[in-house]
Amino acid sequence: MRLRLAVAAALALTVTACAPSTSSPTTAPSDGGARTGTLKVWLFDEPNRAPKDAVVKEAVAEFTAAHPDTNVDVAYLAVDTRSARFKGAFNDPASAPDVVEYGNTDLPEYAAAGGLADLGPAVTAWPEGADLSADARASATFQGTLLGVPWYLGVRALYYRTDVFTELGLRPPTSQAELTAAARTIRAQKPELFGIAVGGKYTFGALPFIWDAGGDITSINSAQSRAGLKAYTDLLKPDNCPPQQCADLTGGKTVELFASGKAGMAIIGNFNRAAVDAGAAKGKYAVVPLPGSKPGSIAPAFAGGNNLGIMRNSQRPALAADFLTLLASKKYQTKMYAAMGNLPTLQAARAEVAGQDPFLKPFLSTIDAGTKFVPLDPGWGKIDAQAVLPTMIEKVVTGKATVEAATDEAATAINAALGK
Amino acid sequence: MTTALPAVRTRPRRRVRTPLWLLLPAAVVLGTLFVYPMWQLGLLSVLDFRQAQVSGGQPTRFVGLANYTQLLGDAQFWSVLGATVFFAAACVLATLAVGAALAVLLTRISKVPRLLLSLAAMAAWAVPAVSGSTVWMFLFDTDLGLVNQTLGVTGLNWMYDRYTAFALVGAVVVWHSFPFVMITLYAGIEAIPRSVLEAAAIDGASAWRTFWRIMVPVLRPLLAIVVIQSIIWDFKVFTQIYVMTRGGGIAGQNLTLNVWAYQQAFAAGEYGLGAAIGVVMMVILLVVTLLYLRTLRRSGEPL
Repeated sequence: MRLRLAVAAALALTVTACAPSTSSPTTAPSDGGARTGTLKVWLFDEPNRAPKDAVVKEAVAEFTAAHPDTNVDVAYLAVDTRSARFKGAFNDPASAPDVVEYGNTDLPEYAAAGGLADLGPAVTAWPEGADLSADARASATFQGTLLGVPWYLGVRALYYRTDVFTELGLRPPTSQAELTAAARTIRAQKPELFGIAVGGKYTFGALPFIWDAGGDITSINSAQSRAGLKAYTDLLKPDNCPPQQCADLTGGKTVELFASGKAGMAIIGNFNRAAVDAGAAKGKYAVVPLPGSKPGSIAPAFAGGNNLGIMRNSQRPALAADFLTLLASKKYQTKMYAAMGNLPTLQAARAEVAGQDPFLKPFLSTIDAGTKFVPLDPGWGKIDAQAVLPTMIEKVVTGKATVEAATDEAATAINAALGK
Repeated sequence: MTTALPAVRTRPRRRVRTPLWLLLPAAVVLGTLFVYPMWQLGLLSVLDFRQAQVSGGQPTRFVGLANYTQLLGDAQFWSVLGATVFFAAACVLATLAVGAALAVLLTRISKVPRLLLSLAAMAAWAVPAVSGSTVWMFLFDTDLGLVNQTLGVTGLNWMYDRYTAFALVGAVVVWHSFPFVMITLYAGIEAIPRSVLEAAAIDGASAWRTFWRIMVPVLRPLLAIVVIQSIIWDFKVFTQIYVMTRGGGIAGQNLTLNVWAYQQAFAAGEYGLGAAIGVVMMVILLVVTLLYLRTLRRSGEPL
């Protein structure tokens, strides 16, 4: 059924031509388009969306007060299915939004699809734009064109339950060996808890282990990558997180487990703070950087983050840029940090929140220790959509394949997607 | 004496044309709705047509049968196809068995239970596939599900084992599709002349024998429709698998052709390859349906 629909959608574009033509590249109106009307905005849905929604509503109120006769229609997109929604929007300009939030990992794919507008002029004209660091600008630039404004950064670190650690006489782990030992102790002493919640579908929980061992996505079947994968999958054992319950957990599910008090530790981002505070774990946890295998080291975290962009097909690019820069301003980045724990990208905003909140320290140390990124290649979107890495982890965890066989299979798929 | 030639050659041309005119409106509608998209589907399947081509980044190229060779050369295609065929076959058999048994039951019970059973079946039929699958997922949830709580087991993940997962999804597919079979066959059974069934009863035929010897032969055309519908429906099952196994199960163990096509081709933006999978599925369904109709013809009953 979905297949038929998707084909029909692809075909709908081509009704006028004999051969399936491509959608003609509509250029944005040169005068910036209409200054009134409805602005469509897509933002990511969150495990606990209410605080985000409250800040966005405030921004919308400020925006509509300053822009007469405008409306802002905000829709929240499920992260799992964003890929299909974005493709739909690229293919059908009529139903596409104007302003979008998108993951920085999706940038190369969207850029190659030609779906995003060049934000260079808009950001130059924006007074606060100068406060974006060169690194931040670079992370939103694809082949020389600025296609987004980094909205917030996200890194993951190790959340642990202070009450459980105190009760069992454990210390926050400073190495991978200590982490594993602590996890097993918690599970043994408190069988109703998982030691550390890890999941077969939690790619960004597994990657730090692979990076720490010296491996990488592009060399997933190297000896180093295999060692890292083994370290991670060894945690998905009955003595910590049984495969029956953990093999199909996503990152979001591990957040839920930790928040609801069902896990002693979890690898969670600074941006998930609101979700954890909404659960039973509120006030009973602390955060340290995820330790690496070498004692005292920090495992490289994935430098995640989300950008705000404007769709190339937007008929109101000037209005869209006004809303985008308002949402990305220091004022709303700071508010968004207070609401969601989203790490600001504007240096002034980051300095302000870092000074007032010790919660950020482990995350900033993680960033300072060096972060990693997925391949900056349109093929990454395909690797993600085809669930190559989760399938690899799950095959090992369920014993359907050895580490060697699973990584070889993943390497074939990754190389094919990256066109190597 | 000369034999008079039969003088019945009356305006043959007119006779041939009238039905054509009458068919024209239907042909126009069907042509627009089916032939044109199917032709486009076939066309897409021989093109290099990916996301970059759709949104105008790269030119579209004719690649001949490259999409098909890539598909047929993929080992995963064959394993997914095998799983799909077995899954669909099991679902069709179970749907028919449940539907037919309940249809016979409907004819034998009194008014109130019949109304209740019909209403229950209609309700299952009316539930959208996504909602139905989600509700079943809640019932069988590992930690909080009613089923695990009632059985008193903790931490049993119904989706962990490949066959349990398929069985559970299959149960939901049957639950969604048996009402159609039941209602159709019930209507058919009600239309069988009472006298025939009474004669069988007087001759001492059991319910089992009456079903196989009288109802099945009389209902053969109806059964053909129901079977073909079920095959097509179950072969293309998407929603239940996609929702309940979160897009194909642990390490993709519960992928069926439709979900796999969606994941490989549409989520990844390979529309040409996706169209090729669509064509292959259509050909398989066409062949199965034709074979089934042929077997029916052979066994003597005109349809």
